[in-house]
Amino acid sequence: MAGVANAPVIRVAGLSKSYETAAGLFPALRGVDLSIDAGEYLAIMGPSGSGKSTFMNLLGCLDTPTTGDYFLAGENVAHMEKAALARLRNRTLGFVFQGFNLLPRMSLQDNVALPLVYAGIDRDTRREKARQLLDKVGLGKYAESMPNRISGGQQQRVAIARALVNTPRLILADEPTGNLDSHTSEDIMRLFGDLNAEGITIVLVTHEQDIAAHCKRQVRFLDGQIVSDQLTGLDA
Amino acid sequence: MLKAMLGEAWLAMGANRLRTALTMLGMVIGVGAVVIMMAIGQGAQYAVQQTISTMGSNLFIVLSGSFTTAGVRSGAAGAPTLNVGDAEAISELEGVVNVAPTHQGTRQLVYGSQNWSSQVVGTTPPYLDARAWTIVNGAAFGDSDVRSATRVALIGKTVAENLFGDDDPVGKTMRIQQNPFIVIGVLGSKGQSLDGRDQDDTVIIPLSTAQRKVFGTPFLGSVRMIMIQAASAEAMPLVMERVEGLLRQRHRLREGQPNDFFTRNLSAAAESEAETTRTMSILLGAIASISLLVGGIGIMNIMLVSVTERTREIGIRMAIGARERDILTQFLLEAVMISFAGCLLGLLLGLGIALAINAFTGMVIVISGSAALIAFIVAATVGIFFGWYPARKAARLDPIEALRYQ
Ligand SMILES: Nc1ncnc2c1ncn2[C@@H]1O[C@H](COP(=O)(O)OP(=O)(O)OP(=O)(O)O)[C@@H](O)[C@H]1O
Ligand SMILES: [Mg+2]
Repeated sequence: MAGVANAPVIRVAGLSKSYETAAGLFPALRGVDLSIDAGEYLAIMGPSGSGKSTFMNLLGCLDTPTTGDYFLAGENVAHMEKAALARLRNRTLGFVFQGFNLLPRMSLQDNVALPLVYAGIDRDTRREKARQLLDKVGLGKYAESMPNRISGGQQQRVAIARALVNTPRLILADEPTGNLDSHTSEDIMRLFGDLNAEGITIVLVTHEQDIAAHCKRQVRFLDGQIVSDQLTGLDA
Repeated sequence: MLKAMLGEAWLAMGANRLRTALTMLGMVIGVGAVVIMMAIGQGAQYAVQQTISTMGSNLFIVLSGSFTTAGVRSGAAGAPTLNVGDAEAISELEGVVNVAPTHQGTRQLVYGSQNWSSQVVGTTPPYLDARAWTIVNGAAFGDSDVRSATRVALIGKTVAENLFGDDDPVGKTMRIQQNPFIVIGVLGSKGQSLDGRDQDDTVIIPLSTAQRKVFGTPFLGSVRMIMIQAASAEAMPLVMERVEGLLRQRHRLREGQPNDFFTRNLSAAAESEAETTRTMSILLGAIASISLLVGGIGIMNIMLVSVTERTREIGIRMAIGARERDILTQFLLEAVMISFAGCLLGLLLGLGIALAINAFTGMVIVISGSAALIAFIVAATVGIFFGWYPARKAARLDPIEALRYQ
């Protein structure tokens, strides 16, 4: 795989998720096994409805599996209680959404600093960290602006800054470029590439081959199962 | 953390100003109503207490009995069954503080070219203590004046004003039933009694003088009425019983024979009046509390709307690490802040209106610090109580469901 002898950041075994629907239980994920090492840059692909988002939500500790195990940084989180999951979402990983999901009534700086509020960090430190990360994504000068004042690509950069603010080792992104034009998408992918170069593990979902081509490894889903798992050869 | 959350609650309130203001209005009206009602209620209680304290407390009277002539009964104090000896014996009883044999009636007063009709009370010095009379000018008469039946008089403020005008009454001579009386003192003002009579329209003279010169009496030493003051409200029933027993014994009444006197509790009326105002003020408070309740429901309603509207926001917050507790705190804080702000404004509004009522109608109002404190505690409680359900609803949201909400 990535060729690093680290323990995997993510390891799932027999992961299944069924949704209750009017027509009975619908199995969105059916026994997924996957291991992702630290420093990997992985794209998840597959047709619509194949269970990619379902899988990402489980990895992001936003949802719990019906059966199976999920080891995040060596710890089984499949059946953790809600508060512990919230803590993992807050400190261990950062989640980036297709729709950016910034809070509209807050300045960019406050948006970026929000995870630090829930981590119990004091105000001055929050401000400093948020500034630092906005600078890192090239938006330092918009710190006091409101989200609706900037473009979609810029909003996604802010969302990435927010995901990074608690210095997680893992970034999960569900179709981060889904709402962006191809030029802006390239910018975002360059940013992810830079972050990965710094050692941050990145897992993202995409429909586009161009986007997936930036990644070092590609995993393909079909009907709730992994049907292919290959390296792109980008990795050294 | 809490500071950051307070800031956010403030922002959220500011995000929808009109709605926040209207929600607050419910609390403003509720708290305002409670403050006004409490001010009025406590004011009424205070006014009654004030009147009671001017009347003298724990008082009762014994009236001499009625007689029956050819089937026509005379009514109370028609027959001279009580005498000065009875009064003296009563004053020996335990629990009795003051005893004053009294004879009173309405007479015409004359001073110079002025004349005035007033209530004339013939009595002994303990009467002044029992009825809580003070002397603002001059001095009271003593036991020696009663013994030697001197023609001296104490006059109330109303009498002083109507008969003497701007003159200083003390030392002047006025006439009651053609008999000259020297005014030796002016009584401190008491204002109206509970039944609306002017308590200051009175003249107090020694009992003996009254009986001999003013009213006349069929038998020397007999009295129409004895006023008795008990040591305390609790002692009243017992003292009344003792007095009754003593008088029956002194009047040699056999078992089964009716009393030849009547007793009447003067303080009972006052107490029932006090009880009435107390009940009224509780009732007013209760009615006002209903509007506070309605205000609280308004908060709950708006918070529920707010939670629904902000479902997505809640989802985002959860996704970046907000725990159930954080969301709960956030929404609870918002409810409490609206409630508090409404309470503060309501307090000011209530005070303003209460003061205006006092200024324009002269109605007695009492504003106590405890009322304000209670209002604040109530506001916090209302905020937490009615904010709890919406906040919990928000906190219990599933992050995925919340994020998917459009
Ligand atoms: N809450 C839910 N209740 C019922 N069915 C659901 C729910 N969420 C997802 N599904 C179903 O599970 C399947 C997988 O959904 P998922 O969102 O994971 O697909 P996806 O691979 O992300 O698709 P897309 O590429 O369109 O985003 C779909 O058939 C979907 O209809
Ligand atoms: Mg999806």
